[in-house]
Amino acid sequence: MIRDHDVIVLGAGLAGMRAALEAARCGADVAIVTKVHPIRSHSSAAQGGINAAIGEGDSWESHAFDTIKGSDYLADQDAVEVMCQEAPGDIIEFEHMGVIFYRGPDGRLGTRAFGGASQARTYFVGDITGQALLVTLYDQILKAGVKVYEEWFATKLFMDGGACRGMAVLEMVTGELHLLRAKAVVVASGGLGRLYEPSTNALICTGDGYSLAYRAGAPLMDMAMVQYHPTTLAGSGFLMTEAARGEGAYLLNSLGERFMKKYAPNKMELAARDVTSRAEATEIAEGRGIDGNVLLDLRHLGADVILKKLPQIHEMALDYLGIDMIKEPVPVRPGMHYQMGGVKTDVEGATIIAGLYAAGEVACVSVHGGNRLGANSLLDTIIFGRRSGRASAGYAKGTPASTGGEELLRSEQQRLQALLDRPYTGETCAGLRLELATMMDQKVGLYRSDVGLHEALEKLDEYRRRYENVAVGDKGRVFNQALTFVLELGFLLDCGETIIRDAIIRKESRGAHTHIDYPERNDTDWLKHTLLTHRGDGREPEVSHVPVTITRWKPEVRTY
Amino acid sequence: MQFTIEVGRYNTENQYDPNAVPGPPFPPPWDSSPARRYQTFSVDLPEHAVVLDALIQIREYQDPSLAVRCACRSAICGSCGMWINGHANLACKSKLAEFTVDGKTRVESPPSMPIIRDLVCDMKPFWDKHLAVRPWLENKQPVPPSNQEYRVPNASMEELIQEVSCISCGACLMDCESFAVNPDFLGPQALAQAYRYVGDPRDAHTHERLGELSKPGGIWDCTHCFECVQQCPKGVAPLDQILKLRKLAVDAGYTNNPGTRHADAFAESVKHSGRLNELTLLPKSVGLFNIIGQLQTLPSAINMVRAGKLPPLIHKTIPGIERIRKIFQRVGGRFK
Repeated sequence: MIRDHDVIVLGAGLAGMRAALEAARCGADVAIVTKVHPIRSHSSAAQGGINAAIGEGDSWESHAFDTIKGSDYLADQDAVEVMCQEAPGDIIEFEHMGVIFYRGPDGRLGTRAFGGASQARTYFVGDITGQALLVTLYDQILKAGVKVYEEWFATKLFMDGGACRGMAVLEMVTGELHLLRAKAVVVASGGLGRLYEPSTNALICTGDGYSLAYRAGAPLMDMAMVQYHPTTLAGSGFLMTEAARGEGAYLLNSLGERFMKKYAPNKMELAARDVTSRAEATEIAEGRGIDGNVLLDLRHLGADVILKKLPQIHEMALDYLGIDMIKEPVPVRPGMHYQMGGVKTDVEGATIIAGLYAAGEVACVSVHGGNRLGANSLLDTIIFGRRSGRASAGYAKGTPASTGGEELLRSEQQRLQALLDRPYTGETCAGLRLELATMMDQKVGLYRSDVGLHEALEKLDEYRRRYENVAVGDKGRVFNQALTFVLELGFLLDCGETIIRDAIIRKESRGAHTHIDYPERNDTDWLKHTLLTHRGDGREPEVSHVPVTITRWKPEVRTY
Repeated sequence: MQFTIEVGRYNTENQYDPNAVPGPPFPPPWDSSPARRYQTFSVDLPEHAVVLDALIQIREYQDPSLAVRCACRSAICGSCGMWINGHANLACKSKLAEFTVDGKTRVESPPSMPIIRDLVCDMKPFWDKHLAVRPWLENKQPVPPSNQEYRVPNASMEELIQEVSCISCGACLMDCESFAVNPDFLGPQALAQAYRYVGDPRDAHTHERLGELSKPGGIWDCTHCFECVQQCPKGVAPLDQILKLRKLAVDAGYTNNPGTRHADAFAESVKHSGRLNELTLLPKSVGLFNIIGQLQTLPSAINMVRAGKLPPLIHKTIPGIERIRKIFQRVGGRFK
């Protein structure tokens, strides 16, 4: 079936729904395509809060500086300025929509401290801030009557005359492939955590949007910048929010020392995430870990603070480790958490492809540069979600309805059919995914080396070959997840390749990219972004660079 | 550790057979497929593993055709609400060891919801009910300027965290006794969300909302079975929210409905005689002047007589009734 809209948003997390709401407000006929119900989106897992300089004595300049310093000076400062200037207004807007933000004694919005920030400027709802924003925004989508194609899985973007004009989408419940045509498309499909094992990310974070946009011709920028969160639960790898440290929790090594005093004497546990994660890794490597973990100690915060402000992580540690953090410290370690890089966009969310926009984790504006500050990701989603919604609706207004696409529908049907028809050879989707993800964690994780990265690239080539032999373990029509998992693995391979290539190219250490062969930051040669552009299967992507936009903050030595 | 899982399958024509010759493009749609059956799997997992770990392992390494919704694995996204040993639970929060009964764990799509495939049910009834309570803020006027928040006490926000913690997993509705017999009942999740907005000091539609919620299918159709409180994995306790709504609705004057009359008749009887007068409870609930309504209760009354369930015709007052009445006075409110 073929259907037409003005704007189609891929993804229904905070960025996607915010884009859709804004496009609808601008009068566009907008539809959301999402492979899971909007409420299942991974934005709900964001725990700690959202940053804005609202309070007296704080300023957007201070927020911007912290963000830029946190990014290890790889963020584009014009984009950071936009985000930090507009943050207060957008947070107030969400408050007016109904988010039950924490209040101070005067009934005004109250804050907590967060990593890498010079002021307590993180606004929050307990430790379920993402969920609180997501449910409120979802209810606004219901109120606005935005069409949602729920459990529809995008397989390919529809390109016509060099412009993006919709997408081919598999309806999970019926197994039918549809063509959804639009004048503009916003990709807001979230991150790629499944590329790493372990990861804090949900099973649905499979990098769909990076690959779809990349294959449509949009360059991916700074893909090497993969964030490891300092506190992920031992074993499962679930997120233990930075808000724990924001509220005052300690990180301890096996000697019971607050080891951060060696690495970040001023900010201690609230240094930027890359710094803290590396410190933990060093402690563990030098034999001061506990079974490959360090300890997150919240005991001195008391039961009241823990149960009122951090109830969810209290419950998670209890459920999945049997540890009551009121009485015992929790073993944690650095774990893959977030992709700073992504589809290159301007501050309006526009890519270089006409009609194609991106927002949220999948996009790279770039406001996070080499390392994202905690509580800046929710902010990124709502600011650039809104801006891309407005820009895409504006673009759609002056664009004629798209036509054609039957050919894409046919070729995609054939491609999926060929996947279903593949004979079983013993190669399983889950097995290959696990190998890939374990390899990425080991060779393209917190520390990288020339040797390791080249091995990783060879491995990736091997996985690509083996991927051609992965059979779809279900020949059915209805809710064929085996089919979508194979498609997702394809997306992940594209993400993996671009991350490895970008990491090989960047011969320095900056932010999350720690290269042991080039341990120093090199502003002379590397104060620039790397862009990778797809040139077809079997060919290396085209590599290009653009300088980092510096407005008023000159790069300095970065200490916390 | 070895665990045995019995999984309710649906859409059986799609069994995974590694040696099978690929079939036609897409087999016929699911509604023509055979009914449910159970398939037994054995999985080797650590002793603290949860049901979802088992399902993922089955799907990844034993039978890729097993359909199951899941995302976060940590009780945040609400995807994996399903029946485990005959009750609604989150698969990611249910420890296998605790849910092993007679050497096995039985997992299936909840019978109260339409089934799509295997463990994937159609959540449409759930989302329809959510939408029906108009779950969005109707801003109290004047809305503060765009650089200012509503000034409200933190306690009023903190009180709503319980409802906002709802992850829409559907466990409460899946096991709701009222929903089982009355598909029009709004159900625990939607009513808890209704309270989330009724209880919000920034909402302007409190009165209208309470009026809507007092209608048939609303707050008075809950039978207090406590299943929703028991099954909710996030402590939302929907029944508690329903009881809060009832009190607010009565206080707001929405008393002309069977639910309020039922509660009144209940309280009056206890205050009067110290015990429940079942003979007058039903007529009073329906409304004494509601002739048609009274006639409609006749078949039930006759059935009760036939079944020997007729309450005593002479209603006796218990000894010490004064003390009961003192309790009413102490509590105050409508029944003082």
